[in-house]
Amino acid sequence: MIAREVEDRYGFGTNTVNREEYLLKGNSSCPGCTAMLAIRHILKAAGPDTFVLVSACCAVVCEGISPNTCMALPTLDTAFACTAAMASGVRAAVRERGINVIAFAGDGGTVDIGVQALSGAIERNTDFLYVCYDNEAYGNTGMQRSGSTPFGASTTTTPFGKKEDKKDIAAIISAHNIPYMATACPSYPMDLQRKVKRALSIEGPKFLHVLTPCPPGWRISTEKAIEIGKLAVGSCSFFLYETENRSFSMSKPSLDAMKNPIPVKDYLRVQGRFSRMSEEDIEITQRKVDANIAYYREAFGL
Amino acid sequence: MMTTQTELEKDRGLFVTGCEAAARAVLVAKPSVIAAYPITPQTEIVEKLSRFIGEERHDCQYIAVESEHSALAACIGAASCGARTFTATSSHGLLYMAEMVHWAAIGRLPIVMANANRALGSGWNIWADHLDSLSMRDSGWLQFYTSTVQEVYDTILIAFRAAENEDVMLPAMVCLDGFLLTHINQPLHLIDEKRYQEEFLDEIRIPHALNFDAPHTLGTLVVPTDNYKIQHNRKVSMDLVKDVIKDAEAEFLRLFGREYHPVMEYRTDNAEVLIVAMGTLAKEAEDAIDMLRFRGVKAGLLQLRQFRPFPDEIVDIISGSKAEKVVIIDRDYSGGCGGIIAQEIKARLYDAGVMKEIVNVIAGLGGQDITAEDITKMVETEGGEFWWGI
Repeated sequence: MIAREVEDRYGFGTNTVNREEYLLKGNSSCPGCTAMLAIRHILKAAGPDTFVLVSACCAVVCEGISPNTCMALPTLDTAFACTAAMASGVRAAVRERGINVIAFAGDGGTVDIGVQALSGAIERNTDFLYVCYDNEAYGNTGMQRSGSTPFGASTTTTPFGKKEDKKDIAAIISAHNIPYMATACPSYPMDLQRKVKRALSIEGPKFLHVLTPCPPGWRISTEKAIEIGKLAVGSCSFFLYETENRSFSMSKPSLDAMKNPIPVKDYLRVQGRFSRMSEEDIEITQRKVDANIAYYREAFGL
Repeated sequence: MMTTQTELEKDRGLFVTGCEAAARAVLVAKPSVIAAYPITPQTEIVEKLSRFIGEERHDCQYIAVESEHSALAACIGAASCGARTFTATSSHGLLYMAEMVHWAAIGRLPIVMANANRALGSGWNIWADHLDSLSMRDSGWLQFYTSTVQEVYDTILIAFRAAENEDVMLPAMVCLDGFLLTHINQPLHLIDEKRYQEEFLDEIRIPHALNFDAPHTLGTLVVPTDNYKIQHNRKVSMDLVKDVIKDAEAEFLRLFGREYHPVMEYRTDNAEVLIVAMGTLAKEAEDAIDMLRFRGVKAGLLQLRQFRPFPDEIVDIISGSKAEKVVIIDRDYSGGCGGIIAQEIKARLYDAGVMKEIVNVIAGLGGQDITAEDITKMVETEGGEFWWGI
């Protein structure tokens, strides 16, 4: 508090983070939940003039029990499949430029049941930011596999590990020629907030894919959630980048990681969900990651 | 009686389809957001509306969604921010949006929808059948069924007022028979739009709409101790809306000169047999009544114009009538349980302690052609469930 007063008084503070909170304390998220952390950062970056939509997902449960809510901004909770369509409706009713419309949905609500509505809203040029917070399974219903669950991960419906690869939602969204899209992770909060601000400065549809490690679902201890996010980026299992009007730019944490990536094994072996992966499975995953690194190096001269 | 073209012109009348009448009514009510997806035989409604909006006849956002589920979802999103909204659909489209149909009613959003009644597949059939919207009868929407192009127009205009009443805040569905109304041209008399906007329909005000002055969340978790109270509130509004609709209909008569009631009676005086019908079958039945009366059979007609909330007066009329036989025509069949209208009327007659011979004629399914002559023969059938044409 003293530091803040000093900062205000002398104006030499370098903290550019919005001090207001729009996602309030006392919500019912699990300890160490990085999805709610991501939403907190995103709303701070967006500021008060924001309409929020929340799909059927963990976040809607974390809001609390009616009539209480942890959301300090006008918020519309939506049915599972229709988040982006409801956002089109909100934007049609609230046409003022300068008022943000941000929709949050989990990975299941985005890459599986919500992908049609999302595709439609982007094609219609709905002026909104769609955020997929990706905990790589249906977390709210107790960790069943989604299209976004990675190869090898055990979930309650893939008890021996998922046989298929994670769906490439970024490629699907890219195919819509969206004006802005980015990936982020709350382990890098300033990168996340900067991308939100950049996105909201652009008119039209924007997409943000945020990797949000989930302590109970990924079977990691709560204090490790931020570190696991850094391992995901550090091992190039998840790339941080942004694309604005088809111009691609790899973000610094991933640029650094690509120079000397951590072995994927170091990312996988610390998570209980990958405990059934064989050494061979890990090798397969490492080869896929290597191929991704090679692709980015070649395609963008990195 | 046929209206001549000259008479129509004198009255600034038009000769249009039910779809165009629906679109013209929507244009008068001026929703600020319309979201819709094409489906036969509703498509002309949204085609007309997108043309009107494209011609900038009024300031409205037309959202061309990628599915019916998204159509109603977009209306819900807009209405949640306080906007007047409209959508139109039919048959499979209505069932595809079923989740959102319930959502809109539970969310207390006064969205108005036109539904072109059409049969369901499998086995594609695009013709008139009431099962699509009747299968949504428990969703909490007001439901109206219309019998003429004029009635489509007028009922949509009335529906906006009933739905948006602050004690009501419930969505309203105006149904018109596929092809029999959607694609048939009939005379249409327009109303004075200015008068409608100034004297009939207030500015929309949705009390629970999202806003920045007092930010709140719509749709958070509702525990069992609250959920039933919310559902009960909806019941209270459903009870209240009965009078709200009657007031709206009375006001519509006063301002625009056309009379509507939840149940429309036709030649029921001294009737010894009553026919109950809904949608265009009711209009066809008027001819049947004339024919029967001409032949000396004292028959009368009850047109069920409003299905939700179910109008109490139909029981009063039937119990007050000296008719001992009631022929209820259902353009629907509830698997294993007969016609839906017959079920509902019989249940209410039981509550009222009224015992009459009820004939339930299942007729007109999937566009089966039912003529006035056919309907005259239905009064000869005897009690129980009777399938026309079998």
